[in-house]
Amino acid sequence: MRPFEEDLQSLTDMLQEMGALVAHAIQRSVLSLVEKNEDYAHQVIRDESRVDQMEITIDDKVASLIVREQPVARDMRLVVSAIKISTDLERMGDLAVHIAERALSLMTQPPLPETVNFGELANLVESMVLGSLESFVNRDAQMARGILESDDAVDRSRKAIQRQLTELMQRDTTTIVRALDYLIIARKLERIGDHATNIAEDVIFLAQGVDVRHRVAEVA
Amino acid sequence: MAINQIQTPMTSIPTEASTPVQSATPKMRASNINFFYGKFKALHDVSIEFASNRVTALIGPSGCGKSTFLRNLNRINETLRETRIEGQITLDGENILDKDVTEIRRRIGMVFQRPNPFPKSIFDNIVYGPRINGMLKKTSAAEIVEKSLRRAALWDEVKDKLHESAYAISGGQQQRLCIARALAVDPEVLLLDEPCSALDPIATAKIEDLLVGLKHQCTIVIVTHNMQQAARVADTTGFFLLGRLIEHDKTDVIFKNPSMKETEDYITGRFG
Amino acid sequence: MTARNARRKGVNIFMLGLCAACAFVTVSTLFVILGFLLYNGATSVSLNFFTKLPLPPGQDGGGMANAIVGSAQIVIMATLIGLPIGFFAGIYLAEYGGKTFAFMVRYVADLLNGIPSIVIGIFAWTVIVVPAHHFSALAGSMALSLMLIPITARSTEQFLLEVPRAMREGSLALGANKWRTIAKVIVPAARKGIMTGMILGVARISGEAAPLLFTSLNNQYWSTGLSEPTASLPVMIFLRATSAYEDWHRQAWAAGLVLLALVLLANIAARMVISRGASLPR
Repeated sequence: MRPFEEDLQSLTDMLQEMGALVAHAIQRSVLSLVEKNEDYAHQVIRDESRVDQMEITIDDKVASLIVREQPVARDMRLVVSAIKISTDLERMGDLAVHIAERALSLMTQPPLPETVNFGELANLVESMVLGSLESFVNRDAQMARGILESDDAVDRSRKAIQRQLTELMQRDTTTIVRALDYLIIARKLERIGDHATNIAEDVIFLAQGVDVRHRVAEVA
Repeated sequence: MAINQIQTPMTSIPTEASTPVQSATPKMRASNINFFYGKFKALHDVSIEFASNRVTALIGPSGCGKSTFLRNLNRINETLRETRIEGQITLDGENILDKDVTEIRRRIGMVFQRPNPFPKSIFDNIVYGPRINGMLKKTSAAEIVEKSLRRAALWDEVKDKLHESAYAISGGQQQRLCIARALAVDPEVLLLDEPCSALDPIATAKIEDLLVGLKHQCTIVIVTHNMQQAARVADTTGFFLLGRLIEHDKTDVIFKNPSMKETEDYITGRFG
Repeated sequence: MTARNARRKGVNIFMLGLCAACAFVTVSTLFVILGFLLYNGATSVSLNFFTKLPLPPGQDGGGMANAIVGSAQIVIMATLIGLPIGFFAGIYLAEYGGKTFAFMVRYVADLLNGIPSIVIGIFAWTVIVVPAHHFSALAGSMALSLMLIPITARSTEQFLLEVPRAMREGSLALGANKWRTIAKVIVPAARKGIMTGMILGVARISGEAAPLLFTSLNNQYWSTGLSEPTASLPVMIFLRATSAYEDWHRQAWAAGLVLLALVLLANIAARMVISRGASLPR
């Protein structure tokens, strides 16, 4: 393999690694919330710096590749997508940390009178994240398109949780502080889903050279 | 979903870079060209159109036939022994293979890979073409020389040494002199065969800038080994391989998302 | 050092030494000839030599004025006939030659170059002198031009072919036709080489004696026209050198010196023409 092909491969490998780190962090942050596990939450917060560092490394590698190789066609698309995907992954890492921090705060307070089921939302979002990363690895545009379609389901799930929490807050004002935390966590999860959608759009650009952003309706 | 997003309306949304207009009659069209050096078939069924006032780049690995094809556009291949061409090449709709070759060559000019100024003064080099084509009756030689040198962005550098030998200037300047010489006969089409391959990057940049400006006055076809050059200057790009035209499309498309795998493999350096 | 290295070194030195020795022999031969000419001829070269007619043996003060003028006449005429023909033939070979005819012309030209000059002389004698029943300067010129034509043709061709193809194409690409390209671009580009070839060709024929023996022969006096036998330097050298008279021997040396001086001058002139700037880019 020529040196510059090795460079492109190592860029892909770095993105994969970053994706794995972030997916792991998201899973851990959700588990820390649902199982009230302090250790998991602290792990997520500690590991955040590794994710940030990877974003810097990847962006720097992209700059070097552009300067040295002036890539075109699929190589260019890989390099352009790499920057965007690393940004989305870093934001997802940040969101996982926010979730972990809120989870820690909730652990010190009494549980809510009702159980709020985050399972469905968390599962949807996690499968979107994993799916977007897998579609990147395989350059699978079809799979990426499937992820774009899951966005609606995530939206519905988050709204259901929101309705439940809103009604609770109206009935029992002592739950407001805790309910708001849960509300924000739900929104953070939905944001993670949005970033996974962004990654899916980047994968379609990478694989097919088509820019499908902001036009989901036409694509689906 | 975020709450605080203040959106400033954009007054003009930038669209894709100006797309080449496919005119109804392209300036030049080659149809089903087969070309032979003796028994060897160098070009296989090549068909391509060149739109007016556009730059078209022809790229491809060594020996792919792009220079051979270019040299058929002004019939200079006819000066080689044992060559044969099949097919049609039209200029403004008329087949150039039937017409008087010297007239065709006045209308379709050519700049070669290495600068080839005549062993004469700069002035005489430029005046040579107009003189033999009888163009000095209407315009004076001095006017033609100045106009051509200005079009080639060389006037300021040589205006004080017009009567010195053409070999007294640098390689990059000599190549611009050859461009000026070709422009002096007012061609409608200008063919350039790897014009910058013998030049340094600064001279190359000057010529590229020059070409982009020239296209408003004539149609340009340039053969180049340098893909970044094609990406920089050309409106459309054609990719040749083993004597065939594999793909011809807007330069943006070719370099961002080509249709043919061979094209992509070539431009990403996977072969050739 | 190993035995093999020592042997190689030995061979190296031996061969270099051999080459140097041969070069020395070559150069010294030239100097010996020059020396002889100078020594023997310098004393005989005088104003008389250039201005007086030859006198019978025994009488001092004779010269070779008629031979000098005669040589000039013959060579100039030969040049006027031979150069243009050779020049245009050279153009044909370089620029227009298809396969068969050009090949023949080239082959014949090379053959002509190789024909001994005395054979050319006999040919001219048979074809011109015999039917006319007299020797003449004209016949001499024609014999010499027969030698000049192939030399000029081949050297013109060679220098025209050295002009890069790109220059031809550059002219054709501007809408020039073939003859225009040749006349205005190619020949001017090859000008210096062609001129050098011509100068050297003329210098060569001016020293030939054999063809002139059968054609212009000799003349003790001034010749009054082109159709008369005419004296020439090479023939004079032959006649004087092979005579029995000491005085005439000296005159032969003098003539040889003059002839050599002329040839040297021509060579120098040729070099000056070449060195005045390159005519083609390198």
